Amino acid sequence: MNKHWHRRHIVEAFVKVLMLLSFAIVAGSLGYILWIVLARGLPALTWDMLTQTPKGGFYLGKEGGILNAIIGSLYLAGGGTLIALIFSLPIALYLETYIGDSKWGHYVRLALDVLWGIPSIVYGAFGFTLMLALGMRASLLGGIITLALLELPIMTRAMDEVIRRMPPDLEQAAQALGSTRLEVAVRIVIRQMLPGIVTAILLAFGRGIGDAASVLFTAGFTDRIPGSLMDPAASLPLAVFFQLGMPYPEVQARAYASALVLTIIVLTISLGSRWIAGRLSKFILK
Amino acid sequence: MSEQVIPVLPNANNEEGRINRPSLASRRRQDRAAGRAFFILTVVPVVLAVLITIALALRFMPILKEYPLWELISGTVWKPGKGQFGFWPFIAGTFWVTIVGVVLAVPPCILTALYLSEYARASTRAIMKPLLDLLAAIPSVVYGVWGVVAIVPFVGDTLAPACEKYLGFIPFFTSKNPTGYSILAGGIVLAVMIAPFIIAVTYEVLATVSQGLREASLAVGATRWQTIRSIVLRQTLPGIIAGVVLGATRALGETMAVMMVVGNVPQVPKSIFDTAYPLPALIANNYGEMMSIPLYDAALLGAAFILLVIILVFNISSTLVLQRMLGKRWV
Amino acid sequence: MDPHIQVKNLNAYYGSAQALKDINIEIPRKQITVIMGPSGCGKTTLLKTFNRFLELTDGTRIEGEVLVDGQNIYERDVDVTEVRKRVGLLAQRPFPLPMSIYENVAYGLHIHRMKKERKEYRAAVRHYLEVAGLYEEVKHRLMSPATSLSIGQQQRLCLARGLAVEPEVILGDEPTSALDPISSQNIEARLLELKRDYTTVIVTHTLRQAKRLADYVIYMYMGELIESGPAKEVFSNPKHERTKQYLEGLF
Repeated sequence: MNKHWHRRHIVEAFVKVLMLLSFAIVAGSLGYILWIVLARGLPALTWDMLTQTPKGGFYLGKEGGILNAIIGSLYLAGGGTLIALIFSLPIALYLETYIGDSKWGHYVRLALDVLWGIPSIVYGAFGFTLMLALGMRASLLGGIITLALLELPIMTRAMDEVIRRMPPDLEQAAQALGSTRLEVAVRIVIRQMLPGIVTAILLAFGRGIGDAASVLFTAGFTDRIPGSLMDPAASLPLAVFFQLGMPYPEVQARAYASALVLTIIVLTISLGSRWIAGRLSKFILK
Repeated sequence: MSEQVIPVLPNANNEEGRINRPSLASRRRQDRAAGRAFFILTVVPVVLAVLITIALALRFMPILKEYPLWELISGTVWKPGKGQFGFWPFIAGTFWVTIVGVVLAVPPCILTALYLSEYARASTRAIMKPLLDLLAAIPSVVYGVWGVVAIVPFVGDTLAPACEKYLGFIPFFTSKNPTGYSILAGGIVLAVMIAPFIIAVTYEVLATVSQGLREASLAVGATRWQTIRSIVLRQTLPGIIAGVVLGATRALGETMAVMMVVGNVPQVPKSIFDTAYPLPALIANNYGEMMSIPLYDAALLGAAFILLVIILVFNISSTLVLQRMLGKRWV
Repeated sequence: MDPHIQVKNLNAYYGSAQALKDINIEIPRKQITVIMGPSGCGKTTLLKTFNRFLELTDGTRIEGEVLVDGQNIYERDVDVTEVRKRVGLLAQRPFPLPMSIYENVAYGLHIHRMKKERKEYRAAVRHYLEVAGLYEEVKHRLMSPATSLSIGQQQRLCLARGLAVEPEVILGDEPTSALDPISSQNIEARLLELKRDYTTVIVTHTLRQAKRLADYVIYMYMGELIESGPAKEVFSNPKHERTKQYLEGLF
C-alpha cells in the first residue's frame, strides 16, 4: 500500500498547490494594501492633521488638518447609524418573533435583499433627488438621511441573520411560560442576541463611515466642522479623494495620511466589534 | 385593566408589600400595539425599494421624451453640451471592468473557499475569517489609493509593455495607453474588493453538502479532489454560480475605487489596457454640473436608473437561486 | 488464529480526551468480528482507525500501529486511498451519491480505473448489485437516481458500491440501525453470505445482533479492551466481570 504516483495523486497535489497559491494571493493582498497605506500615510500623519481644520491654502500645501473631515464623518455615520437602528432592530425582531416565515415576511426580506444590492452611488442619486424635491441643500442632514438609507438593509440583514440563528427552544420555553411575543422579543431575543446585534450595528457604521459615493452629492464638503444639521459636512473618504487629486505632492501625502486615519478607524471598529461581541457573550446561554 | 394585587412578601422594612403586576389583558394590549407599530415599520423597506426605482425613473423621463430609449442606450457619442447623450461607452465600460474583475476573482476565490471547506483545519479557518472581514471592511477610497499607488504603475510600466510585446497580436491585449489607468487596473482592484464576498458565499454553499456524502466517497478510496469534483461541486455548482453573479452585481456598483484607476475617458473599450468610464464614475464625476446643462440631470439620473435596473435583474435572479439552495435565508 | 488486522498499543485522542487506551487486538481473517459495548466506549473510534477515517475529524491524534496483513497503515509513505480501497466501510446511514444507481456502483471503479471497457463496467455493476441482493429490484431502472430507492435499498446500494472496489475487509458502523426490521434482516443475511470471502468487522449496540452475527467478539468499555475471543466462548462463559454485566443487560 505504499505510495505510487497514480494520476489521481498528481492531480491532487497540483490542485493543492493552486489552492495554497490562491490563499496566499488573498492574504497577501490584504497585507499589501495595509502596507501601502501605512508606508505612505504614516510619514505624513502629524498631530496637526488630526487636531486642526484646514486653514487657508491647506489644499495648496499650507497649514491645517483634517479635523473637519474626521468630525464630519463621525457625525454623518453616527447620525445615519442611529436612524437606521431605529428601523432595523424592530424590523429584525418583528421578522423573527411575529411573522417569521409568513408570506409578508418573505416579501419584506426580498425587499431588504433588493435594497442591500443597491450600490451607494444610486442611494446618493436618490438622496439627491429627495433633497431637490424638499428644497434642501447639501448638508449634514442630507448626508445622514442618505447614509441611513444605505445602512438600513445592511444592518437589518446582519441582525436578521443573527436572530434567525437563535435556538428555537429558548423562544418556545418563554412562550410556554405564557410570554407575549413582544415580551419574548424584548426580554429574550435582544438579550440572547445582543453580541450579534451590536456587531451588526458596528458593521453598518463601518460601512457608512467609509462610503464616499452616497455623501458625494448629499453632504457637500466644507473646511469647517458642521455646526448645525443644515451645514454642509466634510467626510474622510472625500477628503482623501480631493487631496489625492491635487497636483501637489505634499497634499497627496496628506491624502495618504487621511486614508490611514480612515483605515485605522474602520479596522478598529471591525476588530473591536469582535472583541465586544466576545465580552457580551458572557451573559448569553451557549 | 384592574391590577391583580398579590399580597404577601414583606419588604426590607418588614412591612407588607404589594406586588403590582400588569394584568394579562394589558400585556396583550401592549403586544398587539407593538405588533401594529412593528408591522408599519416593515412596510418601510418595501416602500423604499419601490420608491427609489420610481423616483429615478421619473427623473429619467424628461430625456426619454426627447430621445428614444434605444438611441440613448446604443449611442456612442457623449457631448451633453450639444445635446448628444450616448450611454453605450459607459454601459460597455461598466461591463468590461466588471467582467475583468469577476474573471480575475473567481478562480482564486473558489479555490480558497474549497481549501477552507475541504482541506483546512479549524485553526486555519479561524485565521481566515477575521482576515476576510478586514478585507471587506476596507473602504472603497482606500482601495482606490492602493490602486493608484500600486496597481496603476504596475499595469502601466510592467504589464502593458509585456503584453504588447508578447500578445500584442490579439486586439484584446494591445496597449495604446501610455498610463496604467485602464480597465485592467480597475479589474484588479475590483477583484480584491469582491473577493471576501465570493469566498464567503461559496463557503456557505459548500457547507450545505453533508459530511456523510463526502465520507461515502472517501470510503471507497477517492482522493479529496476526486470527491470535490464528482460530488461536492456537482451538487453546489448552481449555488456557486449564483454567488459569483451576486458578487458581480456588487462590482457593477462600485464607484470610488474604480473611478480612481480606470481613466474616465468616454470611449468604447477594445482592449483591457484601454481606459473606460463606467456608469457610477460618470454619475460621480459630473453631478456638480448636473443642473447647468439642459437634460444633463435627466441623463445622469437616467444613468443611475439604468445601473439600478441592471443590478436589480442580476441581483434578484441570483438571490432566488441562492435562497433555494441555502434554505429560505442565506448569508 | 490467522489475523488479518493487528492492533498494537493503539491510543487515540480527541483533543485532550483519550478515546482509546492501549488497545492490543487481532482480527481474524474471513470471519465476522463484532465490537460491542455501551455508548461512548470507543467502538466506533476503534473501527475508524482501521480505514484511517479517524483522521478526518479535526484535532484527533493516533499513537500506535494498525497492521493490515503485516503492514502498518499509519506508516509515512502509505497511500491512504489504497488503504481505504482495501478496507471498506458501510456507514450507519446510507448516503447514496447524487447520481444514478449504476453510477453509484461504478464510482469506485472509475476512481481507481479498475476496468477498461464499457461492458466490463456493466458486468461488474451487475455482479455487485447481485451480491448485495439488489439487482432484481433495480435491473430495469439502473439509470434512475439512487435517491429514489427506499432506505433499505439504499443501504444495499452502498454495500454494492463498497464491494465494487474489491476490498479485503468490510467494516460496518452499526449498518442496520437506521433501517426497518426487514431491511436489517436483509443486510445481516448479506453479511453472513459475504464472510466466506471478506473479513468483516461490525460495530453494534444491540446485543442480539451481536449474537446473531458474530464469530469473534470484542467487548469494550470506556476506551479499553475488556475481553475478546470466539463468540461461543465469550457469550457463554465471559471471563471478566464487566463483560458479564453487559451480557446480562445491566447497562
